[in-house]
Amino acid sequence: MPGPQPVEETQVMSQPAGQPSPLLRSSSGEIPDFAFKVAMVACGLAILGILFLIVYELMSHSTLSWHAFGLKFFSGSDWDPVNEQFGAWPFVYGTLVSSFVALVIAVPLAVGVAVFTTEMCPKAARGPLSFFVELLAAIPSVIYGLWAIFVLVPIMSGYLEPFLRKTLGWTGLFEGPAYGIGMLTAGIVLAIMIVPIISSITREVLMVVPQHQREGVLALGATRWEMIRMGVLRNARAGIVGAIILGLGRALGETMAVTMVIGNNPLISKSLFAPGYTMASVLANEFSEATGDRYLSALVEIGLALFLVTIIVNALAQLLVWTVTRGQPARGHA
Amino acid sequence: MPETALASVHHPVLNVSLRRRLTDHVMTGLAVLTVILVLAPLVAIFGYLVYKGIGSLNWDFLTQTPKPEGEPGGGMANAIVGSGLILGIASALGIPLGIGAGVYLAEYGRNRLGQLVRFTADVLNGVPSIVIGIVAWAILVRGRGFSAWAGGVALAIMMVPTITRATEEMLLLVPQALREAAYGLGVPRWRTTLSITLRTATSGVITGVMLAFARVAGETAPLLFTALGNQFWSLRLNQPTAALPLQIYQYATSAYTDQHRQAWAGALVLIVLIVSAVAAVRYVVRRGTFGAA
Repeated sequence: MPGPQPVEETQVMSQPAGQPSPLLRSSSGEIPDFAFKVAMVACGLAILGILFLIVYELMSHSTLSWHAFGLKFFSGSDWDPVNEQFGAWPFVYGTLVSSFVALVIAVPLAVGVAVFTTEMCPKAARGPLSFFVELLAAIPSVIYGLWAIFVLVPIMSGYLEPFLRKTLGWTGLFEGPAYGIGMLTAGIVLAIMIVPIISSITREVLMVVPQHQREGVLALGATRWEMIRMGVLRNARAGIVGAIILGLGRALGETMAVTMVIGNNPLISKSLFAPGYTMASVLANEFSEATGDRYLSALVEIGLALFLVTIIVNALAQLLVWTVTRGQPARGHA
Repeated sequence: MPETALASVHHPVLNVSLRRRLTDHVMTGLAVLTVILVLAPLVAIFGYLVYKGIGSLNWDFLTQTPKPEGEPGGGMANAIVGSGLILGIASALGIPLGIGAGVYLAEYGRNRLGQLVRFTADVLNGVPSIVIGIVAWAILVRGRGFSAWAGGVALAIMMVPTITRATEEMLLLVPQALREAAYGLGVPRWRTTLSITLRTATSGVITGVMLAFARVAGETAPLLFTALGNQFWSLRLNQPTAALPLQIYQYATSAYTDQHRQAWAGALVLIVLIVSAVAAVRYVVRRGTFGAA
């Protein structure tokens, strides 16, 4: 149709005549445009700057300790601020054990919840259920700690720990006095705290498993559980491992709640009832009162180690989640 | 959908053995059990917070400063105001920077540098909060003393990556055609980004900002050796400043029952603040353009 085109042309032509030349304005907008771009790029670069600053500050403030102790810093177990001898092994041990306990408890729960929300529960209940689980992530660490001190610890020392000692005491993991404060309690609190992140990412991963995988397995006569096991979980394996590692990253760096219930005693004990100490909680407890350059430097080195470990763990997790969700449209939250 | 497919599968297949059906039921039961086990602490925590917190909240708590150690009474007014100061500093620094970086990633970041910034933001998101506290200490506290500034900067650093990634995601959802329409009308690019793209994605960006705010509002670890805490009124930004989470931590681990009571009250105030932020987010999202996102 040749008709409408000339009309549009005249309209376009008529506009510059009516308004004071927008074409001219857009060309005069080049300088503000450039300034805006520079400002936005600066914001982007600021993020790089922040990471650089973190690495730089941590490294420069820990050199003293690094030169004094070298790698033995992480294998020595003598933490003696008075004589300026520092070995961080008890803290590393406590961090690893409490996080491991947390994972052992949290992983089955989180994966179970994710499977239930994506595969089993009625559609209408999905939103509220995932909202409630994610509400757990909104509770501040210090409130978890408060709750753990006054509610969980009495339950642990009064019921759960005596019960575990009676039934599983022979393993050697559940021995000694049941104070309620110690590795096991810290692990349980950590588990509650990392369930939301593991389950929300697992859910995301499960949701990108193509529908025809499910239908194919069902068409072969599988029961629902068999469908979930063979059609869904097997396809999402890498992503679920990624979610678990992301949870591990959270657990390693978690500070307040752990500090409040782990007992803060640099012991290395086989029993999970015994008190312990983590890298994050030694920082929380001792950093603001540390005197002496070497003491401070040793603490910053612990911070540096914590930083490096969590970065490696998180990068690995991102990679694994990415291998599953790759090519899928971006979702509301990371 | 699995539900509908299941209904047709369950009965027609006759030779589903008893063992397989039993396993199916047991696994379903276990999944339900995990949900109960996960929701139980949630109920327990909120239940205790409300039960203990409401009983301990009173007018004094909201209007007075802490009494000396061991003396009953007093409140956390200075901590509530101090938290407000610190969060104000954090928001003033973190929100513009985060949104700016998000705009950069969405509008100019389709290149190697953008990729690097994106990855760095994700890395920053996983840095333990206590480590950020150390860095803020090293930059702002060492040689100058504890201050609200240092606490605010630490929290701002924690807000930035969340806001950046949320802003980027939301801006990328804005249809390209909208931008092109604006360019076609002769609107300069910066104006398009601010008045068209950001404007369209406002509710999503606000969601990101509120989530970041809710996350840092309860942070304690980065404040331990930056803001430090204070038993007295202080509105000066270069002085040690009280904060609600710090005060809760201090009181929860103290030996006095009255301080325990106040810790619960403080926790209730804090959680009300955070949950109302999250609820506001859901409200905004539901009303906004990107409800489905």
